[in-house]
Amino acid sequence: MPQVSLTVNGTPHTVEVEGRTLLVELLREKLSLTGTHVGCDTSQCGACVVHIDGYSVKSCTMLAMQAEGAMVTTIEGLAAADGTLHPMQEMFREHHALQCGFCTPGMVMSAIDLVNMHPQGMTEDEIRHGLEGNLCRCTGYHNIVKAIDAAQKLMHPMAQAAE
Amino acid sequence: MYDFAFQTPASVSDAVKMLADDTEAKLLAGGQTFIPVLKQRLNKPSVIVDLNGLGLSGITSAPDKITIGGMTTHNAIMSNPDIQKRIPGLAKMASWIGDTQVRHRGTMGGSLANNDPSACYPTAVLAIGATIVTDQRRIPADEYFQGMFTTALAPEEIVTAIEFPIPEKSNYEKFRNPASRYAMVGVFVAKGPAGIRVAITGAAQDGVFRHTAMEQALATNWSADAIKGIVTPADGLNSDIHASAEYRAHLIGVMTRRAVAGA
Ligand SMILES: Cc1cc2nc3c(=O)[nH]c(=O)nc-3n(C[C@H](O)[C@H](O)[C@H](O)COP(=O)(O)OP(=O)(O)OC[C@H]3O[C@@H](n4cnc5c(N)ncnc54)[C@H](O)[C@@H]3O)c2cc1C
Ligand code: FES
Ligand code: FES
Repeated sequence: MPQVSLTVNGTPHTVEVEGRTLLVELLREKLSLTGTHVGCDTSQCGACVVHIDGYSVKSCTMLAMQAEGAMVTTIEGLAAADGTLHPMQEMFREHHALQCGFCTPGMVMSAIDLVNMHPQGMTEDEIRHGLEGNLCRCTGYHNIVKAIDAAQKLMHPMAQAAE
Repeated sequence: MYDFAFQTPASVSDAVKMLADDTEAKLLAGGQTFIPVLKQRLNKPSVIVDLNGLGLSGITSAPDKITIGGMTTHNAIMSNPDIQKRIPGLAKMASWIGDTQVRHRGTMGGSLANNDPSACYPTAVLAIGATIVTDQRRIPADEYFQGMFTTALAPEEIVTAIEFPIPEKSNYEKFRNPASRYAMVGVFVAKGPAGIRVAITGAAQDGVFRHTAMEQALATNWSADAIKGIVTPADGLNSDIHASAEYRAHLIGVMTRRAVAGA
């Protein structure tokens, strides 16, 4: 069986997979990292978003073998070792940005990439458009947008100060 | 998904050899079209030849052209300052493809090889008169697109780069299908070395086409008013649950006027 070597949340792994194994299957079934969800399996919903070398991707639309040598971060890898939440997680909690929670891991991973890509800060409109690849069936998005706005102020304090 | 062997060639010629050795072998670029196709079991390759890691991505700007590597992602194209400045319609187009996650992986070469009848890039390539560069030859845009999901590419030919001459004006307008984010009608207008061209996607059963009546009117007078009265026939246009052929024909006029006004 083919093997793939990759680093997930800072830990190196070498895993046996099939050619057709998706990255999300590797994460959930081989590494038991079930925080990454599968909502649609058709590249639409964003529940499966993880970071590959710092960029958000849909892990249902990438082969495990394509992650050879990659640094993968999943929702489980965001909090500090002592349990301190990432600012994005903390703001999702603070602003009640989830109801059932199914979309949340993907939302948080996409939101962090979005904030990283906009160090100058985003307007509310830009945040809403930036979430076009993530669907939520519960919240109506409003509190998600509020949480991301609050988190960008924590993640880029200088950009806000310059405003 | 049916299983397959996954191979990482060391070079473009290595990849060509893998394709030549096995007629069931298929290339994989960003996978944003092909992986969904494989999931639906619409294709059953024996071998997947991964084009990542062959150095085919990158953008170079010369005085008379911009060259985009076949594996350059939509995200790299939309955020490149030379493209933003010199071919703004193309940067805007890339920023509207799918969503951030699709744009981080999907590539220009993959989109052009696929030639989906609703894909965006074919309009820019055709309207600006770009050249598709492969491992074997250079294919002018006018000869490249040959109908829905069909191109001039041979089965074992690889798109290595796309060369865009610099247009004086360029713009893209797209009426999105709200569910898939693909173009229900997309219009690229360009005034440049290839003349004044209007290329349409998403509307016709055969994929991208040039709207010659609009082009002629714009050649005399480059303005949204000049094309106001032009009626696009609905024959040959797509009808589906999202829009009838007549609706698409009407949208072509609206989107072309917007594209010209904003160019
Ligand atoms: C949710 C979603 C929304 C999207 N919205 C849009 C949209 O609005 N507009 C739009 O235009 N596209 C859209 N796309 C498609 C997207 O742009 C794809 O990235 C693109 O069509 C295919 O590029 P890829 O690199 O992913 O190719 P792949 O999926 O890897 O490959 C596609 C095909 O091309 C072949 N191929 C790939 N690279 C080469 C090459 N260099 N030489 C020869 N053959 C090659 C492959 O063998 C395969 O048959 C969307 C996709 C998704 C998932
Ligand atoms: S499960 Fe990957 S996008 Fe929905
Ligand atoms: S919180 Fe339920 S889908 Fe988003």
